Amino acid sequence: MAQAKAAVIRSDLDIVIARTLARDTARSLGFGPIDQARIATAVSELARNIFLYAGSGSVTVREIERGLRRGIEIVCEDQGPGIPDIELSLQDGYSTSRGMGMGLPGARRLMDEFDIQTQAGVGTTITCRKWRS
Amino acid sequence: MNSSGLRIPILKVEEVLIASIQVALHDASAVQFKDDLLQKIHDTKARGVIIDLTAIDVVDSFIGRMIADIAAMAGLMGSRVVLTGLQPAVAITLVELGLELPNVMTALNLEKGLAVMKNQVISPDEEEEQGDGTG
Repeated sequence: MAQAKAAVIRSDLDIVIARTLARDTARSLGFGPIDQARIATAVSELARNIFLYAGSGSVTVREIERGLRRGIEIVCEDQGPGIPDIELSLQDGYSTSRGMGMGLPGARRLMDEFDIQTQAGVGTTITCRKWRS
Repeated sequence: MNSSGLRIPILKVEEVLIASIQVALHDASAVQFKDDLLQKIHDTKARGVIIDLTAIDVVDSFIGRMIADIAAMAGLMGSRVVLTGLQPAVAITLVELGLELPNVMTALNLEKGLAVMKNQVISPDEEEEQGDGTG
């Protein structure tokens, strides 16, 4: 299986680099163009959240297997302030920044699996996966 | 190199501005594009703007909001925006994201976008003799 690849998020330019990495990986794993766009868009939302809320962090992309299924896993990590209310943050239209409040709920809809681990003052890790159909 | 150095060229054809976005926009370049476009509308008194996204394969919520903002701001200045060339994957992800851009006119491609401009913006009353504001 291919090695994990990571992109460091420190500026808005890195958001484009992270989503390009995710798209290229998805393409190499055999995802079609629509799923590639879903994956790249989800990574764009999550990487922007890192940049807006934590200032810096990382996006790691890797191939995964479960039984006969193959897919892509994306881990977005930061050492930022954490998400105070996960339920609220996953509601459409909720935002504490200048965003539209679509980042988290939108990214969740675009992916098959979505998990948030967050702790105040420690950071946030979001792991999401999409399986090849 | 300046990270905001990337500028999207904005062309003028008669009363319409045309901007074809050919590279992935990062946030600062998208904001720059919005500012440039609004200034150009002011300078040229263009009545319509076509933004062509044929080459764009990702439109996330930030860029989506920027397009909605541009359409609203251009509207305030008396100019209509038509979005053209959205790829199927981009249209699907925009709706799944929850961003349907309800107030933005769209057309399949640049050619059809120019036709929309001509028929609905530049000379909307040419075929049907209906004056607006007669009510």
